[in-house]
Amino acid sequence: MTQPMLKVTDLHAYYGKSHVLRGVNMEIMPGEVIALLGRNGVGRSTTAKAIMGEVAPKGEVTFKGQPISGLESHKIAHLGLGYVPESRDIFPTMTVRENLILGIKNMKKPGKYSVDDMLDMFTNLRARADNPAGVLSGGEKQMLTMCRTLMGDPELVIIDEPTEGLAPKIVHQIGDMIAEIAKTGVAILLVEQKLSIALRIANRVYVMGHGEIVWSGTPEEFRDRDDVRKEWLEV
Amino acid sequence: METIVFSLLNGVIYGLLLFMLSSGLTLIFSMMGVLNFAHASFYMLGAYFAYTISEASSFWIALIFAPILVGLIGAAVERWGLRTVHVNGHVAELLFTFGLAYLIDEVVKIIWGRNAVDYRVPELLDFPLFELFGAQYPAYRIFTLFVALAMLAGLWFILNRTRAGLIIQAALTHPHMVGHLGHNVPRIFMTVFGVGCALAGLAGVIGGNYLVTDPAMAVQMGPIVFVVVVVGGLGSLMGAFLAAMLLGLLQTFAVAIDTRFADIFGFLGLSETSEVGAISIASLAPMLPFLLLVIILMVRPRGLMGDREL
Repeated sequence: MTQPMLKVTDLHAYYGKSHVLRGVNMEIMPGEVIALLGRNGVGRSTTAKAIMGEVAPKGEVTFKGQPISGLESHKIAHLGLGYVPESRDIFPTMTVRENLILGIKNMKKPGKYSVDDMLDMFTNLRARADNPAGVLSGGEKQMLTMCRTLMGDPELVIIDEPTEGLAPKIVHQIGDMIAEIAKTGVAILLVEQKLSIALRIANRVYVMGHGEIVWSGTPEEFRDRDDVRKEWLEV
Repeated sequence: METIVFSLLNGVIYGLLLFMLSSGLTLIFSMMGVLNFAHASFYMLGAYFAYTISEASSFWIALIFAPILVGLIGAAVERWGLRTVHVNGHVAELLFTFGLAYLIDEVVKIIWGRNAVDYRVPELLDFPLFELFGAQYPAYRIFTLFVALAMLAGLWFILNRTRAGLIIQAALTHPHMVGHLGHNVPRIFMTVFGVGCALAGLAGVIGGNYLVTDPAMAVQMGPIVFVVVVVGGLGSLMGAFLAAMLLGLLQTFAVAIDTRFADIFGFLGLSETSEVGAISIASLAPMLPFLLLVIILMVRPRGLMGDREL
């Protein structure tokens, strides 16, 4: 069996005195699409943030066999781990094109995508290439953030709540786009609340509750587990 | 007419000098979220380095190397000083730059003495360039104008037309995201700090001989530069530019106005020999920046172009 690309072992995190992550364990294999499900406030986004070093992590996180907890964010990025945060964080005063250019890690070694590839893949962006990114709609901003991260040629992308606050039609589009990205062989850790999108594109599902993983399995196995759904996901 | 033209020229030159100082400060301000109290000290260092280098070789060598030297010192201060202090929060950073300003002050006094040094305009530029309305205008001031304009154009080009500039701008507002995209944010901060200090140093090189090079120059310039940054708006280069020009013109025009309170308020019966009546507008010039600061903070706390509250 091949080595997991990302391995999280007994990960803890705190916000002040509150113990938010209580020993999270997970593994992501190369090219795999993982959905991390759970109710609001169970620590899904914190898991993403702790892996990326935005929240101080306690425990072991390795990426391609190398420990990354405590590593500076640009070094993590250069190892091939991309992050699309919940806040999207586009650069609003710069154009769509400039936002994409900033996704390139090293101008001397450009990745497999060019700015034009991205604009071709997502036609909404092509029409707006020279507009300031701040005027884009929520869905377009989400697409731009994902494309920007892809410009850096990541091997695994952590996408945090990509469909939050978006209209149902746009949610479907974003789902298609993530599936599209997965087809190129990039592994994805999708932090998502909407089951429809998560079950449609994931190979494996982790369910979180109270700061730890409470269930894991394939989407097919998940569909048969009404008990898991009732206990950990339904409001 | 003569007064207006000369005041305009002098005001623009002083304004550009102020902008050279405040552009670095405003970039550093938006980056750290803390005013760098030592910024004007780097301006002073620039002038002193230029003096020493000019003595040893020539002004032209000083023009290039003094700012670079100041920039390197600035970068080192960020790398080994501020970055360590940063983990303890803004107050610690503020106190650090405060202490640094005094430290530089004392070091300057030890090395170059307490009195003004004889840092002069280079002979090559020490002649009247043109004559207007019977008065001569020194060539060096026009040279200052061109250096400042070149710096302005260079800064604009780098920030808006190069990828490095875009990365810097993005890092000012979204440092975490820029890091996740694989850019070395601590190194960007160090570079910005260093370049900001180098610009202050450049202002010292070309301003130190036109004004005075003495250990008090940092203390005199520091508060005015803060006024520029606050009036212009946090982190806005355009705002800093407008505010610097405004202050430059305001101060030079005020100095040039040969009017006393008695002339203005004479109709109220204010006599020229009374204490209030004898106050001249020119004598109020040093007060004007701070008056502007107070008014701006009351009516528009974001500053002219800023997008953040203080």
